[in-house]
Amino acid sequence: MSVPLPGQGIVKGLVETARNFVGSYVEKDRLVTVQYPEERVPQAEAARNFPFLVYDGDDWQKGLRCVACQICEKECPPQCIYIVKDTARKPDHTGKLQFQPRLFEIDTSVCMSCQVCVEVCPFDAIKMDVEYELSTSDRFNSLLLRKAQLAKPNQYFHKIHPAEAAEVDARLGADKAKAEAKAAAATRPA
Amino acid sequence: MNSEPAKLENAPLAKPYELRPKALADGGQPGELLEISMGPQHPSTHGVFRMDVVLDGERVVKLKPVFGYLHRNHEKIGENTTYLGSMPYTDRLDYFCSLTSNWAYALAVEKLAGLQAPERAEYIRVITAELTRLQNHISLVGFLLQDMGASGTPLMYAFREREKILDLFESLTGARMMCNYMRFGGCRCDLPPGWLDQARQVVGEFPRFLDEFEALLSGNEILLSRTQGVGVLPPELAVNAGITGPMLRASGVNYDIRKVDKYGIYDRFGFRVPLGDHGDVYDRYMMRVLEMRESLKILEAALRDIPDGPIMDPKSKLRGFRPRAGEVYGRIESPKGELGFYLISDGSPKPCRYRVRPPSFINLTILEDMCLGHYVADAVIILGSVDIVMGEVDR
Repeated sequence: MSVPLPGQGIVKGLVETARNFVGSYVEKDRLVTVQYPEERVPQAEAARNFPFLVYDGDDWQKGLRCVACQICEKECPPQCIYIVKDTARKPDHTGKLQFQPRLFEIDTSVCMSCQVCVEVCPFDAIKMDVEYELSTSDRFNSLLLRKAQLAKPNQYFHKIHPAEAAEVDARLGADKAKAEAKAAAATRPA
Repeated sequence: MNSEPAKLENAPLAKPYELRPKALADGGQPGELLEISMGPQHPSTHGVFRMDVVLDGERVVKLKPVFGYLHRNHEKIGENTTYLGSMPYTDRLDYFCSLTSNWAYALAVEKLAGLQAPERAEYIRVITAELTRLQNHISLVGFLLQDMGASGTPLMYAFREREKILDLFESLTGARMMCNYMRFGGCRCDLPPGWLDQARQVVGEFPRFLDEFEALLSGNEILLSRTQGVGVLPPELAVNAGITGPMLRASGVNYDIRKVDKYGIYDRFGFRVPLGDHGDVYDRYMMRVLEMRESLKILEAALRDIPDGPIMDPKSKLRGFRPRAGEVYGRIESPKGELGFYLISDGSPKPCRYRVRPPSFINLTILEDMCLGHYVADAVIILGSVDIVMGEVDR
């Protein structure tokens, strides 16, 4: 039986450290540091941070998909969503009159980015944003996002989550086509 | 109105330790005992853990773990939110292994509601759980070596590899740590294109890293003398104390819930359960390394065999989910041990009772028995080898 030399294990470990040190000059695998503010890692498509509200068209107030059904408000685990229904109604993408939110606020200091609101929303109105440099000097007011700050165009959604946005558009388009066909059938004289 | 201060005054005081030991048998003068409070803000107590240690010189003569600094009412919150609403909270139990916590909770609710995850979802669960095990064990080993004084180097190497696994999690679930991925009856979303190839690459490269990592310190003489024979946990005590996971197996008890319960599809994979001989810190360290090698075998097989198909049980629903009344206990082998969720349902959308059986909490209760008679510096590495996450201990 060979007895290991005393200190052999230490030397072996030091060889490993040296291999990593020298390797960091030649191998990409061994030098993985990203110099953050100057360099950035591209975000994954599934990345999520805080929710935002999607609107169609150019006018964010007219095009907001949210119909103030308050499902997300009820399901939100830390209860960071606050909605007040408006009495005035507006047509949705199929032309049907729907409610709209008068107030829609998300307290991002409470939000835990779990995307439960996105999953339970039956109208594809709330989606996850990917913006991450959000620090502010104001602890309360700037972290409470109002409807105007939350509303972002559908084009923006296409930019950050292209695959998901295309899927949603196809679904909404099919709904619209179905509603139009139904309307055309109803107006046609029998 | 001023009854509160009176109450505080009447509250029984904690029993003080006997700080002056009896005179030595040979008539010599004993040194005074020193009581110190290690933690909660101590860099080597892995979070906000506090222990009251009584020292005789440098030897530990009494050690009392103090829990509760990170208590966040997890179980009560679970009883006041819907079943789905508790899922993101389970991420925050053991924030290193959110995917296994998700799985344990999903498994319990699936038992309750009679749901069955489809084939592909089961494979995805096994793959993500074993990746979680890899990254948990590798960072634990890194932290343990750092506690022993190998500052930085092993931990940085470990985190370099962990980063690759977290990148996989991010592209799959959208978050690196708070994944919130499993759902009752399947998984939230399907694998993105190219994910399997990325995962195969990470798994393929891992053994080389593991070999290097072992060469770095496993045979190191200083490490051997620091860890061998330190913090021995006899198998009988481990079983009686309800210890589970790698810590129990390091004591030589063959108990792995993946083998015992065969939950999910673990009966399809050939893997061995490594067992320790001595139950000391070195065995617990090696247990993690060996388990990673076995996890790699499971991962290779799962990534090879994963079928196409749906990822959600068609019977499951997100809104208005009300499982029938009943009680259920679902458990899995999380990287730290047996993670169980005990739920009582009364047929409403919220559980009537929601209880977590966290492995690191129960593994930690035995700390005093392992530390007695050892140096205070050894108490730190014994604690490190238990593998705790305070999010799970205090809930």
